[in-house]
Amino acid sequence: MKEIKERLGDKLLNIYEHTPNRIYLDIKREDLKEVVEYFFLERDMRFVTASGIDGRKEMEILYHFSEDSTGKIYSLRVKIPKDDLKIDSLTSLIKGAEFIEREIFEMLGIEFTGHPNLTRLLLAEDWPEGIYPLRRDEKGIRDLKERNWEKKNG
Amino acid sequence: MAKAVVPIGPYHPLQEEPEHFLLTVEGEKVVDVEVHIGYNHRGIEKLAEHKSWQQVTFLVARICGICSTSHPIAYCNAVENLCRVEIPERAKYIRTLVGELERIHSHLLWLGLAGHFLGYNTVWMWVWKWREPILDIFEALTGNRNHYDMLLPGGVRRDLNEEYFPWVRKELGEVKKNLEMLSKAILDDPVIISRLKGIGVLTQEDVKNYGAVGPTARASGVKIDVRKDDPYAAYDLIRWEVATCENGDLLDKVVVRILEIFESIKMVEECMDALEKVKGEIMATIKEVPPGEGIGHHEAPRGETFHYVRSDGGSSPIRHKVRAPTYVNLPTCKATLPGSQLADAIIILASIDPCYCCTERVAVVSDRKKKYLTQEDLIKLSWEKTERLRRKYGR
Repeated sequence: MKEIKERLGDKLLNIYEHTPNRIYLDIKREDLKEVVEYFFLERDMRFVTASGIDGRKEMEILYHFSEDSTGKIYSLRVKIPKDDLKIDSLTSLIKGAEFIEREIFEMLGIEFTGHPNLTRLLLAEDWPEGIYPLRRDEKGIRDLKERNWEKKNG
Repeated sequence: MAKAVVPIGPYHPLQEEPEHFLLTVEGEKVVDVEVHIGYNHRGIEKLAEHKSWQQVTFLVARICGICSTSHPIAYCNAVENLCRVEIPERAKYIRTLVGELERIHSHLLWLGLAGHFLGYNTVWMWVWKWREPILDIFEALTGNRNHYDMLLPGGVRRDLNEEYFPWVRKELGEVKKNLEMLSKAILDDPVIISRLKGIGVLTQEDVKNYGAVGPTARASGVKIDVRKDDPYAAYDLIRWEVATCENGDLLDKVVVRILEIFESIKMVEECMDALEKVKGEIMATIKEVPPGEGIGHHEAPRGETFHYVRSDGGSSPIRHKVRAPTYVNLPTCKATLPGSQLADAIIILASIDPCYCCTERVAVVSDRKKKYLTQEDLIKLSWEKTERLRRKYGR
């Protein structure tokens, strides 16, 4: 903990220990790549996955890293304003991040700059453009049906 | 030489699961592979946001029929982490016992399929025959052959009947004896060895890059196991070892799984010994789930299953993220497959023990005419069909 605080300095906005093995760190969007390099390469942690969440005010992505020698899970929280949904892609650094970045892209509509193949992963090809299932303001099938009907009939 | 594309899928002819691989081949050699998932996407993460904390346990059990207790263990770990609750000791042993029995049946299932993919149907028939007693044990202990539904956040729902334990010990002894015979037969057979040794090698570097987990990583000599690294349930109360191999080829992936079955049989026996001594409660009460976040993971038969939940203090999670082991193991085929022979492709793709049900979780009912069907539509369609049949057969 102390080591991380010293190493990251002012890049670390907040650190919170929920239980001894579950640690959450808040970082800025611009510093993501540098911080991930520290966790993934220097500290040799395993990239578990990322969780994209639609918070009330902004989008959040949590990058989960597991330090298998101690059993601790470090979750890096990055907040993205809803009017500028962009973040650096980690795929060039971690090959295993390709799938999850594509999933967050289709589910929440967050764009990953520098991703080699930012296409849909799970959703069907005929899924309508601009509908993001995991967004909080998405109303579901019934709403979609009405919107399609309105589009067709004016 | 001209390149050709060989499609496997969208529905795998051997594995009978929805997966889609596009293999680019030059003659008999595979030079590139493209993976498509999403053929059977079910929307479970979204659905979980509309269920109560208890109901989600049964929802995640239905993510996959084979790991139907792995997802609930990981989910319950996450909720208990969020609430900072410790479960009773007896419940810990019961969770471990069910989890390890599941590993035995899942690894046996894979071992049989691996034999089938290699063209050794004897291995397939034998191993699946020996898997049957494990399912009988499940039926006796939990009431179901699959989808045991034993867990709830805070503990387990049903206690085990200890009268069955002597019989379970006898059956497990039989499985162990048969498996010893089989492992000798496999390691003695020069044809099987030549099909497996040095094929589809996954290096330690690729394990790190792709974040591979479970037996896939351990066959390459990466000693990671959630049960040991971040113990939960009774994994720190019983004695056991993490099985690893070195080479990361197909043979090591078989060996590591066989070693794990032996280890799991030992663990189940130890859990039964402990359960005969440890009595008491099996459920800790969770009155309400406070706002916050929780992370839980479990070493499923295929590797680490990871669950993240977030609560706002309400009756259901506001976000529930599921990461199944195949999700990170599947992309490793981009490292193992290119350069191999087309005939080996099937077994290399199957060597990670893929589970597509787990990988594709999130769907909307839509037909080709882009018409969206609601529940009422579906019920109406079903009534109409019943009516049609009734008229046809005059009943």
